[in-house]
This record gives sequence, structure tokens and C-alpha cells, in this order.
Amino acid sequence: MGIEFRDVGKTYPDGTVAVTGFSCSIPSHRTLALVGTSGSGKTTLMRMVNRMVEPTTGTVLIDDRDVHELEKVALRRSIGYVPQAGGLLPHRRVVDNVATVPVLTGTTRRAARTAALQLLELVGLDPALGKRYPAQLSGGQQQRVAVARALAADPNVLLMDEPFGAVDPIVRRDLQDQLVQLQAELGKTIVLVTHDIDEAFKLGDQVVILRTGGIVAQTGTPQEILAAPADDFVRDFVGIGRAERSLQTVDVDGRNIVVDGSGRPVGVLT
Amino acid sequence: MNLFGEALRWIGDGSHWGGPGGIDTRIVQHLWVTFAAVGIAAVLAIPLGVLIGHTGRGRLVVVALAGAVRAVPTLGLLTLLGLAIGIGVEAPLLALVALAFPSLLAGAYAGIEAADPGAVDAARAVGMSEWQVVTRVEVPLGASVLIGGIRAATLQVVATATLAAYISDTGLGRYLFSGLKSRDYAQMLAGALLVAALALLLDLLMAALQRASSPTQGKVPS
Repeated sequence: MGIEFRDVGKTYPDGTVAVTGFSCSIPSHRTLALVGTSGSGKTTLMRMVNRMVEPTTGTVLIDDRDVHELEKVALRRSIGYVPQAGGLLPHRRVVDNVATVPVLTGTTRRAARTAALQLLELVGLDPALGKRYPAQLSGGQQQRVAVARALAADPNVLLMDEPFGAVDPIVRRDLQDQLVQLQAELGKTIVLVTHDIDEAFKLGDQVVILRTGGIVAQTGTPQEILAAPADDFVRDFVGIGRAERSLQTVDVDGRNIVVDGSGRPVGVLT
Repeated sequence: MNLFGEALRWIGDGSHWGGPGGIDTRIVQHLWVTFAAVGIAAVLAIPLGVLIGHTGRGRLVVVALAGAVRAVPTLGLLTLLGLAIGIGVEAPLLALVALAFPSLLAGAYAGIEAADPGAVDAARAVGMSEWQVVTRVEVPLGASVLIGGIRAATLQVVATATLAAYISDTGLGRYLFSGLKSRDYAQMLAGALLVAALALLLDLLMAALQRASSPTQGKVPS
């Protein structure tokens, strides 16, 4: 059960190799974080799940069913999708953006709007914003709307393409915290793409670090990766040598204070 | 200035209104030819332009072809068509369709291509069919550019529709041709003024329509 990539590869007609021989699986209700620099094929891999990209080799399975055998449009409607930088429809009100998929699948507009207002609340927005157009919201608010839209059809699977990449660091942390909280409540199977290793460690149960060409550098839980980085590339990518990753404790008046590699205090060991 | 006054008096003369050759009848004819030509061209060019804009395919071929059509002088085409299919409104109508076609085509594909690629991709990814992507996202987002194409085509056609009178008894162009023949320059100028006024009026209407179709125009909440 869950999502499984079985030896998938993608080579574009012009010969560009985006992904080669990628295998990985994530059980239901868990989050898979695909992390890597640009050109590592992470977005390509994620888009194979809802067939926005067709692999040239291998198969992708959701709950043991090959997605290639499912009808594209129906498959996509059954999967929540949060694109980079919102991707909201600029000519529709926020509430109608959220209601997009339920309306497509035949829910009446009125019922879909009522549900959409509740979803806005769920993602931490004032339902009164539903009347606005996307351009009248901040970047962070637009991203929340995009998450609400992805949840509208109550999908089991969520795909998130660098969902918080375009907002400032404070808003990003806020959105990440909210996602952690939502996930604890909803238990979706999530495939998250990011270039931010801290985001991958924060949100991912399973993290895949990719290098150029979609080659897996290491797969594991955040703990496993930090404890035993596979090679120099991973060590460098997660910043093992960086000051903020090499913590130690010092005794100050009988309390254990945690300091980073450059001696700055980061917290108290309890 | 004297001629100008005469032309205005000619338009104001009640005997030039009503009846089969009256100004009102000619205006209706002129509009009819204009709308028919733009309408026929739109039915052909807009779906083609939308298809090109949506798929990104066949753009070079069709654009080159439309450019070539644009280079054809309408009067020359009208003469050729008139010789081929004879006197009547059909030949000028066809020539005007050819005139309107490139602007409509360009407006359609440019409008579709102008739609925010992020919104289009997301619409597809959340499960809109290709048809729904076109009708619910690309066309509404490109509407103002698309209507800009209709506006340009309408302006060209309403001005050039004077040529319909070259080989048929249709439209305001009649006053220019008969005025030229009988050296009635007041009548000629009157015809030209009427065409210009009609063109301005249509353009203003289309401009208002174009503004109203802008995706976020007038949608600021209270």
C-alpha cells in the first residue's frame, strides 16, 4: 500500500536524462520528501504520480495499482496537488479556486462553496477572504489557499511541489508548522518536493536525497541520514560539517546548554 | 471647409434618409457586411488560433500563411474574386473575410499563449480535461487579447467594407463611388465621414468590451 516507484526512468526526446532507475516506496499516511538541487529530477518524479509526466521506463503504483492503467483526469482529481507559487486561477474568487475539483466532479457549486469556506478555516485563513481574488492575497495566504484546494476533494494522496519555496522564511516556518499539524490530523500520503534539506527533515518521514540525473544519493529517515550520511555528497548536502549541525552541550550552573559548532547557544537540554 | 459644410448638409438632408438608397439603409448594409465578414472569419480563425495557442503546434506554418494573406491587397483580391464569381456581395464578403482572418488568428493564439503558464499547469494537474483547461482557464485569461484581435479586425473591415460598393450595391461605399462618378464631392465626403464615424463608434464599443473582459478588471472587493 502507499506509493511505490518501481525502477522508473525519464529520458526526454532531446536526450536529456531527468531520472534513471529510481525505486522507492512510501507507506500510506506517511510523507516522502524528495530533496535535491535543481536538475535532480525531483519534480519530474513527483509529477509521475499524477501522470503529469509519463515515465519512459518503469512503473508508479498507488495502493498497488499502476497509475498508467488509470484514466488521467480521474487520477488527477483523486490526488491533491499543491504547485509551486500557488498556481491559483487569477480570474476566480478564492472560494471558487478551492471548490475547483469538487465542482469538476459534480458537486453543486453551493455545496462546494460551503465546504470551501470550512477548508479556508482549516488552513488558517479567515473565510471572509473567500470573496477575494488571488492577486489580493499575500504570497503566504495564496499558498494556504492552494493547500485548501488540494484538500477539497479529500484525496488520500497529496503532491506538493516546493509549496513554500516562494514565501519569506518566517511565513515559511509558519506554513510548515501548519502542515505538520494538519498531517497529524489528516494522515495523508504525501510526496513533497523541496530543495531545502531542513524542510525535508522537518516534514518528511522518509527522505530521498537526489543528485543530478535523478540518481539516489541516500534514502532514509532524517535520523538515519544525519547519523550515517552515505558519502561526501550527502554529508555536504545536509551540512554535517556546518556549525549549526555539530551541537554539543556545556554545563552552565548545573544545566546543560546546547551550543553549535561556533559556540553559539541554541537551547537547553531537558 | 466649405466642402465639409456641404457634406454635413448632405448628411442632414432628410431626402437622403429612408428608402432603398437612404443613409440609414446603407448604414445597416454596411454593418451587416462588416459583421458577416468578421463573423465568418472568426468562426474559422478563432478555433484555429486557440488550437495553435493551446498545443503550441503548427504555429510557424499558420503564422507565415496568415502573414502572406495579410500582404495581399484587398482591392486586388476583390477584383480577382469579382471576375471569378461575378457581381454581387459575395466577392467583397470573401475579400473582407480574408482581411479579417490574420488579426483574428493572431489575437486568438496570442491570447491563449498569454495565459499564466503556472495557472494552466495547475489547472491540468488538479484534474481539468484539456477542453476544460481551454474553456475555463486559457480563454478567460486570454479574453482581452482575443477581443483585441476582434477589435482590430472589425476596424479594418468596417473601413474597407466601402469596397463592397465597388461591385455591388451595398454599404456606405456607394456614396463614394457614385459621388466620384458624378463629381458630387459633397456626397463623397459625406460617405467618407459616415464610414469614419461608424468605425470610431464600433471601436469605442469594442474597447469597452475588451476592458470588461480583462480577467481581474472591476473585481476589487468593496
